[in-house]
Amino acid sequence: MTNMGMTMTQKILAKHAGMDFVKPGDLITCNLDRVLANDITAPPAIVEFRKIGKPVFDKDKIVLVPDHFIPNKDIKSAGLAKIVRDFAREHHITHYYEAGRAGIEHVILPEKGIVGPGMLIAGADSHTCTYGALGAFASGVGSTDMGVAMVTGKCWFKVPDAIKVNITGKKPDDITGKDVMLTLIGMIGVDGALYKSLEFTGDGISELDMTDRFTIANMAIEAGAKNGIFPVDEQTKAYEKGRVEHYEIFTADPDASYCRTVDINLSELKPVVAFPHLPGNTKVVGTFGDIKIDQVVIGSCTNGRLEDLKIAASIMKGRRIHPDVRCIVIPGSQQVYKEAMKAGYIDTFIDAGCVVSTPTCGPCLGGYMGILAAGERCVSTTNRNFRGRMGHVDSEVYLAGPQVAAATAIAGKIAAPKEVH
Amino acid sequence: MKFEGKTWVYGDNIDTDVIIPARYLNTFDPKELASHCMVDIDKTFAGNVKKGDIMVGGWNFGCGSSREHAPIAIKASGVPVVIAANFARIFYRNAINVGLPVLEIGDDVKKIRNGDRLKVDISSGIIEDETTGETFHAAPLPGFIQDIAAAGGLVNYVKENA
Repeated sequence: MTNMGMTMTQKILAKHAGMDFVKPGDLITCNLDRVLANDITAPPAIVEFRKIGKPVFDKDKIVLVPDHFIPNKDIKSAGLAKIVRDFAREHHITHYYEAGRAGIEHVILPEKGIVGPGMLIAGADSHTCTYGALGAFASGVGSTDMGVAMVTGKCWFKVPDAIKVNITGKKPDDITGKDVMLTLIGMIGVDGALYKSLEFTGDGISELDMTDRFTIANMAIEAGAKNGIFPVDEQTKAYEKGRVEHYEIFTADPDASYCRTVDINLSELKPVVAFPHLPGNTKVVGTFGDIKIDQVVIGSCTNGRLEDLKIAASIMKGRRIHPDVRCIVIPGSQQVYKEAMKAGYIDTFIDAGCVVSTPTCGPCLGGYMGILAAGERCVSTTNRNFRGRMGHVDSEVYLAGPQVAAATAIAGKIAAPKEVH
Repeated sequence: MKFEGKTWVYGDNIDTDVIIPARYLNTFDPKELASHCMVDIDKTFAGNVKKGDIMVGGWNFGCGSSREHAPIAIKASGVPVVIAANFARIFYRNAINVGLPVLEIGDDVKKIRNGDRLKVDISSGIIEDETTGETFHAAPLPGFIQDIAAAGGLVNYVKENA
């Protein structure tokens, strides 16, 4: 067949497979620039690694970040963390990040310049797709994939078909990347991009800052996607200054083929929440009756960056959170924590009556630091609202951006920022 | 590989948080994981599943978290194969990698009822519902994915091909 054009994703995959051309459906084996795991997924990966009985392929390309049940929530979790720590020491893993020296994996890898544009990253964590914000191909895999990749430096992939997400228009002040993504998942469904890549494009991209892009790429998996990817533009280049200096920029061919195009006009978006128990149950705030809330969580790999905390703090400044609400704020990294402190956001949160925690994934997956009781409702800036995700099977999670979460914490019911001003 | 067993039928978008909730992820012992498998949507599964029983799901089975603990919990429950309309992609590769065969049959899956007895031939992809008399055809695993499955998982495959 004649070589048709390729998408960004297909070009990065082809390059890392040592091929000139790939097409959707091809099964290929790619060289990995980074392989990643956390304290839950690394221990089984280490068991599989040992079964092969060979050394690590490259101690500089393996990244281990204990963050899910960290600081250790119980004795068993301490055991898991110890397996990862001992392995990192034994194999002299360069990128091992102990509690207190880092934070949530998908916040710190971009922040520390461990991942960058054009790279191919496989991570034993489904939200590895976050790095697509930088113009990288990044996709979640399992522990066995990770264990094998630590030996071979390779992983197999099926080249995905592509969905073009054409973003246009001017972003209103009360809209965040979370609203963009929850709106998109509401449009295409939680399996709308299954086995496919989400290729974000259009002149509205420049309206989205890097934090918005990380949030959007992060939740590509919530539409079933293999990856989500943004073009590398001036904002990306500015972000990478001092982080990643040398990288290859891939751009989609003009004649690249897409199985579907979805249009999103930013100027038409409204603040939204995703109702239980699917991230695609998206509703515009204000179009439903009062929903009283017991807990608000602001943080996670989806919304734990400085800009997220800034948005939340701007709404909470000089206010107190509702007496019936517990609000838990979790900076995504030690650096975010320090910068939030310098900017006065942490004072704002504590004065408003929030819990402020050290970086951890804890409450997002119902691990610890904010478990819900039966019948309790939580508005959370995290990424999943599955049944029982944050605690009791009869609790409810509503997903939202930091502006809706902060407004909700003050109002005691799901609210848009304008309702508390 | 051929299997015969009674079905446990679940719906669409079965996520890995319900297959094995994160509160049990402080271990990766297969037996312990199996003892909590499906608990948030079906409290009867873990206590009653018999070796050889077959799990059946709808569309997008195994969506959400990349936790390999999910296919491990199902496999350690004694389930030798999962049939669904289709699978979320990370669950699909994890299942193949840990040696749990998976078959996709699209909308036909809705014809299989809870408790039906199935005969499943992995190599041909033919599924016979002995209770209803219906037969379904799953597409064979593509390319080297079939070799990974035949080797019993990715680690064996890599060792054999190193």
